[in-house]
Amino acid sequence: MQLIQLIIDGVASGCIYGLVALGFVLIYKATETINFAQGDILMLGAFVAYSLIGIMGMDYLTGFALTVLIIAAFGFFLDAVVIRQIIGQPAFATVMLTIGLGFIFRGFASIYWGTDIFSFSTPFSGKITEFNGLIISYVNLSIIGGTAILMSVLFLFFNFSKIGVAMRASSENQLAAYYMGIPVKFIFSLIWSISAGVAAVAGVLLAPITLVDTSISLIGLKAFAAAVLGGFGSIPGAIVGGIIIGIVEQLCGTYENYLFEGIREISAYLVLILTLIIYPRGLFSDKAEVKKV
Amino acid sequence: MRFIFKTKYSQDINIARHAGDKFWYSLLILVMAMMPLFLDDFYLGEISYICILSIAGIGLMILSGYTGLASLGHAAFLGIGAYTHAFLLTNGVPFLVSIPIVIAVSFLVGAVIGIPILRLTGMYLAIATLALGFIAEHVFIKWEHVTGGNRGMPVPQPEIMGISFYNSIFFYYVCLIFLIVSMFAAINILRSPTGRAFVAIRDSEIAAQSLGVNLGLYKALSFAVSGAFTGLAGALLAHYIGYLAPDIFNIFLSLTLLLLIVVGGMGSLHGTVFGAIFVGFLPQLIAICRDYLPSSIGSQPGLEPMLFGIILVFFILYEPLGIYGRWVKIKLFFELFPTYKRQTFKKQKVFTKSDRV
Repeated sequence: MQLIQLIIDGVASGCIYGLVALGFVLIYKATETINFAQGDILMLGAFVAYSLIGIMGMDYLTGFALTVLIIAAFGFFLDAVVIRQIIGQPAFATVMLTIGLGFIFRGFASIYWGTDIFSFSTPFSGKITEFNGLIISYVNLSIIGGTAILMSVLFLFFNFSKIGVAMRASSENQLAAYYMGIPVKFIFSLIWSISAGVAAVAGVLLAPITLVDTSISLIGLKAFAAAVLGGFGSIPGAIVGGIIIGIVEQLCGTYENYLFEGIREISAYLVLILTLIIYPRGLFSDKAEVKKV
Repeated sequence: MRFIFKTKYSQDINIARHAGDKFWYSLLILVMAMMPLFLDDFYLGEISYICILSIAGIGLMILSGYTGLASLGHAAFLGIGAYTHAFLLTNGVPFLVSIPIVIAVSFLVGAVIGIPILRLTGMYLAIATLALGFIAEHVFIKWEHVTGGNRGMPVPQPEIMGISFYNSIFFYYVCLIFLIVSMFAAINILRSPTGRAFVAIRDSEIAAQSLGVNLGLYKALSFAVSGAFTGLAGALLAHYIGYLAPDIFNIFLSLTLLLLIVVGGMGSLHGTVFGAIFVGFLPQLIAICRDYLPSSIGSQPGLEPMLFGIILVFFILYEPLGIYGRWVKIKLFFELFPTYKRQTFKKQKVFTKSDRV
């Protein structure tokens, strides 16, 4: 019973990793760059939600939707104004650029909102439900449910909407998509905005658990483990990878005494390195090999 | 404009390209050696710190700037060097014996880390090294009977020939000598076949491989050499800080090292020194900025990471060759005075190589 309880908690935190990893994967699939600032965008999402819901007293759902829209617009302009300038430069430049952007976001957040720890009330805070002796908090349910809804929406979007199909086409082959009349640049900016929006969703869902401060941007680094485990470039892989990381982390935390002390904090990174050494393709990679050249 | 007419192949790999180089660098070493006559303890300490940063920068430059392998966890090597050195000194090993052991240990750790993650390139490598940096930080926290855990660990300040490391003039000379020796070592490694193999790997792995460069061996070697330099810097840093705590060697330090080589100029040893001067004086610069800003912004703790990020983004977007690249451009401008063309250094756009099959 305790095991099932742990797994449920693990799935909930894993969904957050999965959502952040999903942001990496969307951008990587389309533009073959990795956004190291994904965790910082999540943090901005949580802070914006705090401003809207906690300070301005908006209704939770309205605030949630508005936050996602604001952050998505932000992601759009981030790509259109900054990221696009270094297309064609070596991968190292993109890595450094996004790391630098992450620092700017974090610095901005701590200047604008301050370094205290904030919280805002949600309809889920503090409520729990019992089921066959399992204790499930509403917050965890909201995370799992939110992830499921978001995944369904994204699935429908990528399979049945015209823009979604155009996005898949541009990810598959930029040049061919361009020849078919798809505005590739616009589509890429749109992908950045979706990815930022997904990070914002994760940030708002996470806020009741970790509360809002600048250190939640470190989630982004753990989400790398999820993305790599799922095989960078696979959308279901990102979520499954995230859930596995979440469960592993919970189990390591509980059975710390049998392993070694402090393994909980580094378990995600250990999984990451083991995946890269043993099976660098990841669990769900469709055909993409790890870059050889 | 100076034109070097080469008559021997060996001229290609001379340490000094021409007599002017010899003169200016000798003068520089002379001036640096006379610094204690002009400066007080505070500035000597700052310059010692810059020397230490430069040595660490040389390490990362060999890996990232010359072999083209990104590392986002290089603070781990600084930590390994610092803790090994402090541990040895605490157990009564003399300074001059401890330093070679530190270099050997960090060389081995670099090789051991390098071998499994050789197969990764580009961003996967960046992610893997980032993870390694975190794991190292946690090892420093949890391995309490060696590192003292979160309580920290005092660094003994030994005496050599009766002079203590507390003496800032003496410490300055130690750092300076290690910097000069490291610089010569790096120059010699880079002009040897090993170093040219590194550069070949950076420019094209396929081309390097077809010319007989063993990719795995040289990448591991690059990691090991880089680790050795950074470990040495860590040992000196331990003396500079005086009291080691695990949170010194966090991701921020790794990224500071990256900032150092990016701002200094990727792929040039001059860049490490320029970058180290910049990074070393950055806190002072920020302190000065704070005075001029309105106190509501100036007193914020977030100012430092924000400036850090802005500078990084600025250099990546507008001056990817760093301070050294700017210096080369200015020099060329005066050498070619009326005929300098901006296009000489124009960034060439290339099609992003796809890693999809």
